[in-house]
Order: sequence, then structure tokens, then C-alpha cells
Amino acid sequence: MDFSYDDEQNALRQAVSGLLARAYDGEKRRAVVAADPGFDEKTWSQLAEMGLLGLPFAEEHGGAGAGHVEVAIVAEEIGRVLAPEPYVQAVVLTGGLIDAVGTDAQRGELVAGLAEGTLVPAFAHAEPGTRWSTSASGVRAAEEGGTWRLTGVKEPVPNGARADVLVVSAVVGDGATRLFVVRGDAEGLTRSGYRSHDGTRVAKVELAGTPAEPLGEGTDDRAAAIERAHSLARIAYAHESIGAMATALSTTTEYLRTRKQFGVTLNKFQALTFRAADMYVSLELARSTALWASLVVDTGGDVVTAADRARLQTSRAGRHIGKDAIQLHGGIGVTAEYTVGHYTSRLTAIDHVLGDGDWALARLAAGVGDHETVDPLGAPYT
Amino acid sequence: MLSRDVEEVVGMRLQLSPEDEAFRQEMRTFFTTKVPQTTRDAVAARRDVGREQYVETQRILNAAGLAVPHWPAEWGGRDWTPLQRHIWREEMQLACVPEPLAFNTSMIGPVIAAFGSDAQKQRFLPATANLDIWWCQGFSEPDAGSDLASLRTTAVREGDEYVVNGQKTWTTLGQYADWIFCLVRTDPDAPKKQRGISMLVFPMDTPGVTLRPIELIDGGFEVNEVFFEDVRVPAENLIGEENRGWDYAKFLLGNERAGIARVGATKRMLADAKQLASEVLADGRPLAEDPRMSARIAELENELLALELTALRVVAHSADGKPHPASSVLKLRGSELQQAATELFVDIAGPLSLASFADDDSAVPEWARAATPEYLNYRKVTIYGGSNEVQRTIIAGTILGL
Ligand SMILES: Cc1cc2nc3c(=O)[nH]c(=O)nc-3n(C[C@H](O)[C@H](O)[C@H](O)COP(=O)(O)OP(=O)(O)OC[C@H]3O[C@@H](n4cnc5c(N)ncnc54)[C@H](O)[C@@H]3O)c2cc1C
Repeated sequence: MDFSYDDEQNALRQAVSGLLARAYDGEKRRAVVAADPGFDEKTWSQLAEMGLLGLPFAEEHGGAGAGHVEVAIVAEEIGRVLAPEPYVQAVVLTGGLIDAVGTDAQRGELVAGLAEGTLVPAFAHAEPGTRWSTSASGVRAAEEGGTWRLTGVKEPVPNGARADVLVVSAVVGDGATRLFVVRGDAEGLTRSGYRSHDGTRVAKVELAGTPAEPLGEGTDDRAAAIERAHSLARIAYAHESIGAMATALSTTTEYLRTRKQFGVTLNKFQALTFRAADMYVSLELARSTALWASLVVDTGGDVVTAADRARLQTSRAGRHIGKDAIQLHGGIGVTAEYTVGHYTSRLTAIDHVLGDGDWALARLAAGVGDHETVDPLGAPYT
Repeated sequence: MLSRDVEEVVGMRLQLSPEDEAFRQEMRTFFTTKVPQTTRDAVAARRDVGREQYVETQRILNAAGLAVPHWPAEWGGRDWTPLQRHIWREEMQLACVPEPLAFNTSMIGPVIAAFGSDAQKQRFLPATANLDIWWCQGFSEPDAGSDLASLRTTAVREGDEYVVNGQKTWTTLGQYADWIFCLVRTDPDAPKKQRGISMLVFPMDTPGVTLRPIELIDGGFEVNEVFFEDVRVPAENLIGEENRGWDYAKFLLGNERAGIARVGATKRMLADAKQLASEVLADGRPLAEDPRMSARIAELENELLALELTALRVVAHSADGKPHPASSVLKLRGSELQQAATELFVDIAGPLSLASFADDDSAVPEWARAATPEYLNYRKVTIYGGSNEVQRTIIAGTILGL
């Protein structure tokens, strides 16, 4: 057992943080998220040049064959500066799904395009009326004359308007959920993008007999593949939120050291420093859990449960730190011009994109009788 | 640039190395087979463990080299990694083995080993490891709690002796103790109050020492007041140098925090709570099936997991022997989770918890009778060992620079 990063991993972190620091100095982020597509295409290309967009994929598809711990390092640095590039959505979730389910040809085209930075994929899965489900219900797929066509509405779809290719989940005749590839220029595809509270873009995706190509072969229900991809993304998001929480806390402690009221800096008030101490406790406990969950992925353990555990811990910590970071700043914390509120906004978005803390807790509670104790270094995690 | 072969990856990994896994098995086997079942049952049932059971257990551990592994090798220590020490402690707690007496093995033993004279080492260390001497800790006073350095018990040098006057309080298990290690004021005029303190050790039956038990809210007697009236202590019983006692106390309190997360013990409690919640019926159905109860247990389990993982991270970074500043996180959360587990038992017991002081004729099971006294008793864990407010002060100051 060893929870410390090795030299290569530290070098990776430095490279990513260097790139993002140059991309997002000062006011840059506000300008970037103000305009479509809500992230910086140039930064996206640089992430590709560094090999980060192909990090978890095989070398034959332009990837680096790295582990989840490496992916997590990138996600954490993204979170630290609130970089709006859809790393977890495009690489971990959608790319991961294509890589897991797609045919060789599909991987050759789509994964390779993603790794190169020339193709941004998005996963169109959520539907009004469902909550973090692994199956589709509102969008239906039917085959006619050798062509599959999709009909229905997906919303909210992260980066759904900008995406070059959509992976869409749909129910087929027998009630199974399957996955389809829909090209951005497909007929009968209408995408209406808008800005979300955290500055990222989401879209309503309407499909009206839209032609689609099945992702992968066979007629298997893909709920399990979706569950796994969701889980890997939850773990990567746990790291993105750790990065965001770390900055929210350091911004807050810096403010307490400099802001003066009643003739002294705010760090003279124990009521405030104790709250900062509690934020630190939340952060470190969540960090440990996220780190562990990434190691479970790389070890081949039960990623679904590990992801739920990381989700629960980071959800609780994200809310605690996000809310108190604003409170300890006073009024400036709720202004759009100051950074800290945006961290809270982003943490809130991450908290709801793939299941919140109570949702994860309900799943863990359902299985609480299955084991006597939780052994992080034993079955089913290693 | 980032491409790497899977076989090359050496850094982070989750599994224990084969050696550490074997070590874990060895510990598990020892603790579950060599320590008397009756003693382990008493710990499991959260009954008080008597003096004899403590002594017997520690001697079994000491004979096997498992009582003081963190001491210097020449005094019975083992050349273990911090991770192995962690495993040793966790396995001991999981197996419901009463831990070696902290006053001996975590507190005065390491202080004497580090700062004592050769004669003191010879005289005290083997007996301390084997619990031939039972030590108690005389630090706190009625007016010196968190602000320990304001202590007032005095020791005045007269020839070859110190004459001690004053009062200690909260002295845990002083009624079992053979010896006490005390912080005393030897220089009332020191420019800083920390600079006028020394550490003295002496037998509890020295003339002038009086012990008075304090009853706690659970009805138990585990702490005492200790009064000193012209207690004459040979000067050779001064540990280290005169007026350097505060340094030794800080060293000691740093060690006290190691292992304070008590993950193994809380894990055991949650496992028991789950079992009991499945046996207790609420309107004809197992309480464990109540979604609020199962969610509460699941959340505690997850928080304990986070704590355990944090403890493993801290262990990995404390190789130089100094407590990692994040060990304050372990004390803070560890104590809160211990309290949460005891609270869970009371709530699982529900109305049965009122049978707290019933005797064995009661129809209420033993665990339910023990629940509330234990819950009330455990309020102590966020107070002693550096209260949780003191831990927050350390985190805010040392880690966050506030
Ligand atoms: C069951 C039990 C066993 C013990 N065993 C021993 C023993 O064997 N030997 C021994 O020497 N001592 C022992 N202690 C004493 C223990 O170390 C003290 O209780 C502890 O140091 C706190 O001191 P106090 O009780 O005087 O509380 P106080 O220091 O008076 O504190 C009262 C409250 O104020 C808070 N507080 C104090 N200072 C600050 C501050 N600067 N900022 C914010 N909050 C603050 C505290 O956290 C607490 O909540 C034991 C205590 C208990 C309860």
C-alpha cells in the first residue's frame, strides 16, 4: 500500500498545472465562459498536445495507456483553477463509454479523434423525469430498412450543442437500453445550447427520426456499461471537486489573513478560524476517499461501490466547503466578480451531474448489511 | 511523454505488499488466539476490563514483543515501518484486545527512553513495558486544563529531595497505579511559565499522597483527584533536566496523539451495531430495514472509511517520528466517530436503554444496558488528549497559517 505520488505523477501534475495557470490567469476564465462553447478551444488543443485527452486509452488509438490515478491528477488540476474544459465529460465519461463499448472501427475513429483534440464527444443520456438512471426511457430507437432512427428529447446534455458527435442512450423494442452514435450534422437533430450556473454549457437535444449508428455490436442492454462509465466519471469528478475545494479553502484563509474589521484581521476571530479548520478536515477526508477510489479503479476492484463512497464523501465536503467559503468572505463572496462564489457554483453542479450525496447514500445503505466491516485494502476493492 | 508500461508502475498502489499482508495475518492470528477469550469478550461487550486482565494481556503481548514496538530496539522496540505499527494497532482493536496501557507505553516509556538517565532506563523501562509498574499521568490540575502550562503544583529542592505540594485531577485509573509521572513547578520565577516546569516520578504510596475517586456521569470510577502534601521525592527521580519538563510533556503529548483515531475500535462497534439493528424489532420488522437507520449506519461507515484512509496517508508521511500536523484531523474525527457510534447503540436500544443500571436478572440484554452509560462516558473523548477545540486551534494555526 502506498498513497504517495511517484516522480512521473508529480511531473504530470506540474505540467498540467503549468498549462492551466497560463491559460487561466486573472480574468481569462470569465471571458471564456461568457462566450460559446463555454471553454477555450485553444486550451483544449493544448491538452490534446500534452496527451491528456487520450490519457486513459490504448496507444493504438492515440492514447497513453495511463491509469485512473493519472486521470485524477488532471481532473484535480482542472478543478483547482475551475478550467471550463469538459475533461471529465468528454474524456472519462463519453470517451470511456466509446472505448468500453465501441467496435474497433468506432474506437479507431472516435477515441483517436478525441485524443487528438479534433473531435469533442458528449453523452446525451439525462432525460426530464429521470434521476441519474442507468437506462433510457424517453428516447426510443427503432430499426427500419437497416437504419436505426432515434426519437425523443435529451436534456440537460453537458456540451450537447458544441459536441461533434453524440453518444445517445435509447430504449429499443424489448425495453433494453442501448447506445448510439449520432453525428452533429445528422438530419432531424435539433440542439439548443444554453449556459448553466457554473459557466459550462448544456443543451436540449431533440431527436426526430434521427439516423444513428449503434455503438458496439450485439443487442446487449448497456445499463451495466453506463453504470461503470458513470462510476469512473464520478471518481474523476470527485478529484475535480477536491481541486475546487482546495482553492476555495486557500482563497478563504488568505482572505481571513488580510481582511480587516474591528481594527484587526479576521483571523483574530476564533469563530472564523475554527470554521476554516473544519473545512480543512472535510477536504482531507474527502481527498483520501477520492484517492482511494482511483486506486480501486487501477486495481480492478468494485468501482461502482468505490465511486458511491467517493461521491458521498465529496458531496458532503463540497457543500460544507462551498457554503462556508462564501460565508467567511461576507458580501464579496456572492459577487460574480470575485472568484470564490464560482467555486461554490461549480461544486454544486458537480454535485448534481451524476448523483448527489443522498442518492449515493441510499445505494450504500441498501448494501450496508452485505458486509461486516469495510476494509479499504481488501475485498471487494482490491 | 505520458505513455508508460503497466509493469513499470511502482508508485501508488492499494494492496498491501506481500510482506505487509503476511504481517497483518500474523498479527490477526496472534491477537485472536493468544489473548484470553474471556478478556476479548469483555472488551467486545464493552464491559470494564479489570486491572488483572490488563496486566495479563500486556504481559502476553510483551513476551511476544508486541507491547512496545515503537520503543527503541534496545528496550524492546521493533524495527517496524509506520504502516506496520498502524496495522498492529488496528488489528489489536479489531480483535477486541485491551491495548497496552497508554500511560506506560505511549507516554512515560518513550519519555524515559529519550530523556531519562541510564539508571532510570534500567530501572523503569523493562518494568514499564511488562506492566510490572502501572503508571498514571499527573498533568492536569483544577485550574490547569487546556492551559496546562499554568499548573501550580510545586516541587522545592531540599538537599537530595524535592518536596511536592499541590493537587492533580482527572488522574485516570490512579486507583490501580503504582507510580505517577507528574509535571511540577520548580521555578516559579521563570520568565515564561513553560520554562519553570519539571517532570518528577514517584510511587503512589509515598507518604503525603492522597487519592480521591471522582464518580463520572455513567456511575463509573475511572478518574481521581490526587493531593500532595509535603511529598518527599528523591532528586534522582527527576526525569531529564530541571525546568525542561515542558519539552518532555510536548514530546509525550505528540506521541499520545498517534493511534488516537481508533479506527479499528469504531469499526468493531459499527459491525456490532449492524448486527444488533438486525435483531431489534420495530413494529415487527428488523430495525436495520428502516431506511433512516441503514442510511445512518452507511454514512458512519463511509466517514470511518475516510478516516481510516486519512490515517493511512498520515502514517505514510510520519516516517521521521514526528506527528504529522494532520494527525489533529485524526483526533478530531476519530473522537467524533467514536461518539457517534456510542450514540448509535443508544438509539438502537431505544426504550431498552433505560435499563442502564439493571443487574443480570434483567430481561434487557447486556449491550442495551451498557449503551447509555457508555455514550455518556464517551463524551470524554473530545475533551481529553487535547480537546477538539485545541485540535482546531492547531489545524488553523499550524496547517492553515491563521
Ligand atoms: C475522563 C477523563 C480522563 C482524563 N485523564 C487524565 C489523566 O489521566 N491525566 C491528566 O493529566 N489529565 C487527564 N484528563 C484531563 C484532560 O486532559 C483535560 O480535561 C483537558 O486538558 C481539558 O481541560 P479542562 O477539562 O480543564 O477543560 P478547559 O481547558 O477548562 O476547557 C473547557 C472548554 O473550553 C475549551 N477551550 C479551552 N481553551 C480553549 C481555547 N484556547 N480556545 C478554544 N476553546 C478552548 C475546551 O475545549 C473545552 O471545551 C482527563 C480528562 C477526562 C475528562
